[in-house]
Amino acid sequence: MGAEFVQLSLTPILIGVLASIACALPGNFLLMRRQALIGDAISHVVLPGIVLAFLVSGTIAAVPMLLGAGAAAVIAVALIEAIKRLGRIEAGAAMGVVFTTLFAGGVLMLERTDTSGVHLDVEHALMGSLESLIWLEADGWASLTDPAALAGLPPELGRIAIACLIVVVLTWLFWRPLVLTTFDEGFARTIGLPVAAIGFGLVVAAAVAAVAAFDAVGSIIVIAMFICPPAAARLMTDRFGVQVAWSIAFATLSAIVGYVFAGYGPLWFGLYDAVSAAGMIATVSGVILALACLFAPRRRRLGEGRGSA
Amino acid sequence: MTPAELKLAADGGRAVAPEAKPGPVAAMSLRGMTVSYGEKPAIFSVDADFEQGAMTAIIGPNGAGKSTLLKAALDIVPRVSGEVRVHGQPLERARGRMAYVPQRASVDWDFPTRVIDVVMMGLYRELGLLGRIRGHHRDAAQDALDRVGMADFAHRQIGQLSGGQQQRVFLARALAQAADLYLLDEPFAGVDAATEAAIIDVLKTLKTEGKSVVAVHHDLTTVQSYFDRVLLLNVRRIAEGPVRTAFTSDTLAATYGGRLAAAQIEQLELGGAV
Repeated sequence: MGAEFVQLSLTPILIGVLASIACALPGNFLLMRRQALIGDAISHVVLPGIVLAFLVSGTIAAVPMLLGAGAAAVIAVALIEAIKRLGRIEAGAAMGVVFTTLFAGGVLMLERTDTSGVHLDVEHALMGSLESLIWLEADGWASLTDPAALAGLPPELGRIAIACLIVVVLTWLFWRPLVLTTFDEGFARTIGLPVAAIGFGLVVAAAVAAVAAFDAVGSIIVIAMFICPPAAARLMTDRFGVQVAWSIAFATLSAIVGYVFAGYGPLWFGLYDAVSAAGMIATVSGVILALACLFAPRRRRLGEGRGSA
Repeated sequence: MTPAELKLAADGGRAVAPEAKPGPVAAMSLRGMTVSYGEKPAIFSVDADFEQGAMTAIIGPNGAGKSTLLKAALDIVPRVSGEVRVHGQPLERARGRMAYVPQRASVDWDFPTRVIDVVMMGLYRELGLLGRIRGHHRDAAQDALDRVGMADFAHRQIGQLSGGQQQRVFLARALAQAADLYLLDEPFAGVDAATEAAIIDVLKTLKTEGKSVVAVHHDLTTVQSYFDRVLLLNVRRIAEGPVRTAFTSDTLAATYGGRLAAAQIEQLELGGAV
């Protein structure tokens, strides 16, 4: 693996790995809180917010994107409440309707918007543009220490690295309250923990991860990465800390194996084209979950118990 | 104005009833507790004083608001109105002196964690966000498990426990909190006889140590042998006081209405006229 790998594959793989980890970490808590649907929701709802933020600001910089995604999330929550109350429709159905409608609205807006100058169109919204996030300035591993070459790194790498770092630090810092409120909310309240704020913070962290990942790898991978690695990891162990470690391992494995399969897999089968890296990463993470369901040591009773949140 | 009147004014006029005799400060006192889950109140304007160093049972029919009263007192559910004082202090300042044992069914026992980790949760206020778990913390958790007879289960996955064992783990977590006031929500619900005996032993030991215990209870036949005091509740407070005087056929009939047949009340062999 030499110059060509560094130039064409290193940065996409790194971005894929960082995005997967950033989503998998909050995904563990969402899964145990039976709020896995929230990850799904966020990844759908952010699209119209991102498109609108682009229309207003004319850039795809991180701050307007996050603001747009946040605004979209608030609107989504308000719409869900309105539909539940006015339409007398059950919560799950109301959520499903709102997410898909907002997502579809985002796709339509994208179609009608001139975004030719930036990585923002329907295809990228779904599948991202991982393959295009290459490092043209690099000509070998030595470029990692060459400031001129480093300056040419795709900006998405820096963004997802920061988002991933934020999520990692927050998870480490608030580990105990997060675990406590996830396991026993009532008890957590009695010892004075701000339960609502912690729950809200978790959703915000998930949204930060989703927006940063969305930017690079599209919505398919975001949906898959919130759930698949944590769900597979749950089947490997009966200790939550170990589960989180497994989920990071599975997320990393999915990103690397998925990217390699997408690029080279078709060649191995005698085909010429590569397939979508994001699609393949999500598929690999699904296959890992399936294997965990079949062979993992703790594969019982997942998702049973209390009603869904 | 006299100092007492000034105090009254400062408290917004919500002082204890004038006829209340000045005694030791209650472990927990509730005033005007009202909670509503819809249009109908779950509890309405409930006053209660849980005495220090006593074991108090909260009893009443299903839907009487027993658990709600505890949860409202602890700010787990929002209340429409009401004031909570713990050892004379506002709730927020007394959190470190209280331990709560929720209903067993309120959590997901399939959560991937071990018994000892659950007990350690009782040390959160001491440990904080990032405080290191030291030897004496582990000893405290292990000691709490020992007191409920679960010492050998420390490293068990919680999903492998029986209902009674789960209940004892929850009690151990409360013991690890080293509180002065223990609030338990149906601690004997669905547990085996051995667990019930172990739990009541622990609670009686707490009492001899001068701690206060309040438990939502639904087995009328054990009220007299387990508890010193009783609060009879049916949305409103029906009666409160020592078991000997407050747990009578009259108060029971008023609390349970027609749901408790006279024959059942007779079986309790209560003192006083029937």
